[in-house]
Amino acid sequence: MDQVMSNKKVIALYVLPSLLLILGIVYIPILLTGYYGLNEWNGIGAMKFIGLDNYQALIQDSKFWNSAWHSLLLAVFSGLSLILYLIVAMVVSARIKGANLFRKIYLIPMLLSSVAIAQLWLRMYNPTNGIINSFLVSLGVSDPPAWLAEPSLVLFAIFIPIIWQYAGFYILIYYSALKNIPTSLEEAAKIDGANAMQIAWKIKLPLIMEVIKVTIVLSVVGSLKYFDLIYVMTGGGPNGASEVMASYMYIEAFKSYNFGYGSAIGFFLLIICLVVTWIIRKLTATKETIQYS
Amino acid sequence: MTKPNTKWVTLILSLCLMLVAAGCSGGGSGSAGGSQEGDKTTVTFMHLWPEGVSAGQNKIVNQIIEEYQNEHPNVTIKTEVLDNEQYKNKLKVLSASNELPDVGVTWAAGFMTPYVEGGLFTPIDDLLQGELKDKFVEGTTEAFAIDGKTYGLPLEFNITPVFYNKAIFEQYGLEIPQTYEELKQIISTLTSNGVAPIALGNKDRWTGSLIYMFLAERFAGQEALASAINGKGSFADEGLMKAATEVQSLVDSNAFIKGFNGLSNEEAKSEFLNGKAAMYVMSTWELPNFTTNEDIPQEFRDSVGFFKFPEAEGGKGDINSWVGGPGVGLFVSEDSKVKDEAKKFTEYFVSKWGEQSVTGAGVIPATKVDTASLTLPQLYIDLFNEMNQATSITLYADVQMQANAAETHLNQIQALFGKAITPETFAAEHDKVLSGSK
Repeated sequence: MDQVMSNKKVIALYVLPSLLLILGIVYIPILLTGYYGLNEWNGIGAMKFIGLDNYQALIQDSKFWNSAWHSLLLAVFSGLSLILYLIVAMVVSARIKGANLFRKIYLIPMLLSSVAIAQLWLRMYNPTNGIINSFLVSLGVSDPPAWLAEPSLVLFAIFIPIIWQYAGFYILIYYSALKNIPTSLEEAAKIDGANAMQIAWKIKLPLIMEVIKVTIVLSVVGSLKYFDLIYVMTGGGPNGASEVMASYMYIEAFKSYNFGYGSAIGFFLLIICLVVTWIIRKLTATKETIQYS
Repeated sequence: MTKPNTKWVTLILSLCLMLVAAGCSGGGSGSAGGSQEGDKTTVTFMHLWPEGVSAGQNKIVNQIIEEYQNEHPNVTIKTEVLDNEQYKNKLKVLSASNELPDVGVTWAAGFMTPYVEGGLFTPIDDLLQGELKDKFVEGTTEAFAIDGKTYGLPLEFNITPVFYNKAIFEQYGLEIPQTYEELKQIISTLTSNGVAPIALGNKDRWTGSLIYMFLAERFAGQEALASAINGKGSFADEGLMKAATEVQSLVDSNAFIKGFNGLSNEEAKSEFLNGKAAMYVMSTWELPNFTTNEDIPQEFRDSVGFFKFPEAEGGKGDINSWVGGPGVGLFVSEDSKVKDEAKKFTEYFVSKWGEQSVTGAGVIPATKVDTASLTLPQLYIDLFNEMNQATSITLYADVQMQANAAETHLNQIQALFGKAITPETFAAEHDKVLSGSK
């Protein structure tokens, strides 16, 4: 087998099919998008090359920066919620009663499609007969807010289902990482008199640091390009109060017939994601990985 | 395993390549449009009435196609059905790659402008001179004309009444309002009794636009509104400013259901259908739900009435002016390889659609139909007669405007209803985009 794998021809044969697919489906369209972004184009008629005008317009577009701010807020929000996921994973991975049941409960939202989740939460947020407002009324709140219609609330009202949606995914990742830690380490620490907090902080956390870094990148980049739930629940409204970069891109390209401009937004979004990934990797870089085994 | 089992490697690799090849060829030949082989012709037809969403229309479409194929045995109509939003997106993608179906569905005016300018639709004025001559309701084909050429044949025609729940009106002793002041009194009576007056789902934004347009028409008159929309006039017109102000005062008086800016039209409609809201401003495409749709309780359907949006005191508008216009129409693709056959099918479809859509789906067609010989629900007949008495019909603003202006209009509507902007900003933003798009 080693011989096969070191044969350059065989390597090429193995790698080529998927390489071609990825080039064709991912990289070439990305380059094309970048090119469309340099054109004035309604997506139907003739293209007109205008150089960097779209990007210049983008930098001055207050609507775009508004949506970028919302995406950034979502990234920060979901970054912070990782802490919550980690705590839950710590608890669930410990040998407590019903851990298995909790694990399943947290995992289930992951099995639902975003559209189903959006429909579910739309009903919960319904201002007159939704479960949230019905509950608030029964508590004696006389005029509960219309969650998705208030510009100041709508963004956070949408963040909650997003965090709920991804809880299972991250908890599962943390759970698996934590389960990989040899029990002997924990037992040894216990004999040395460490309490649960100390074990979590000094042993478990450093050991799964690499996994945590990966999840930070995943959640931040995922938030920056987030689209589906927001599109279904509010369509970016009311009046742009829940617009994010991806939904703004969609509206410009497909609703306003500014395909060139939409492409420019898409390409800009890609650059932002790359830069953010790079920054996160720089910030979280450590010289050595800790291994106790 | 040190010696490579080359047989297996090649087998697996060739399988992979086959998969890749299959994937490529599958996409290429799929939607290349109609074709002619010998004396067999295939016409592709893309429409937006899926069985699950618009059962009535779907049945009629299939019926007409079947009849056409029976009469023209050498022609096969190949259909593709998509839901509204997906349809719009797919149409765009197909146009970018120049693979439009031979016959398809389009919306009027602003929506079709980029397609016409891109040379994708073919002019079909010749069809208006043939069998369909003088068959269309006045003003319907005009909306599908650009620079004197017609690019689409309209199928439906809509006006927008205020539907109301007779049972609720009776309960609180309310009468159909004759003036806008009376409408406001009705609203205040309803709110003080804890009933939501008007069901409005303004997440979709065009729903709010309907109400704004009526107010604009009633206060400023049809001409002022029309010239503001086509960029010659201004939204800062006194009457139009009054209309925008009135929108916000209606919001202040809780005229609309709670949280309307976050609710979709479907959600708002269900409030009306459940008898929780008293009125619903919506175009006549909703008629089947109030007449023939068996899924909705008979008791509710019987209690639905309509009135015309009332006249405003001192306003310039006329009570017989409506907001409405043709819905969708059919286009024939410029690059169609079977253009003649496609045109023939379009002609046949539109002429058959007229009567069948009345009896089968309960929608109002754009072609003239003699309703006297048909047994139809009273609500339908009443609205049909209203339409014949209309003094003017203003086409929906978002349909009239070019796409980017329409997007601005709709956003501004939502902001106006949400009280995020003043009527002055509302007017200024409109004027900016409308003067720019010309």
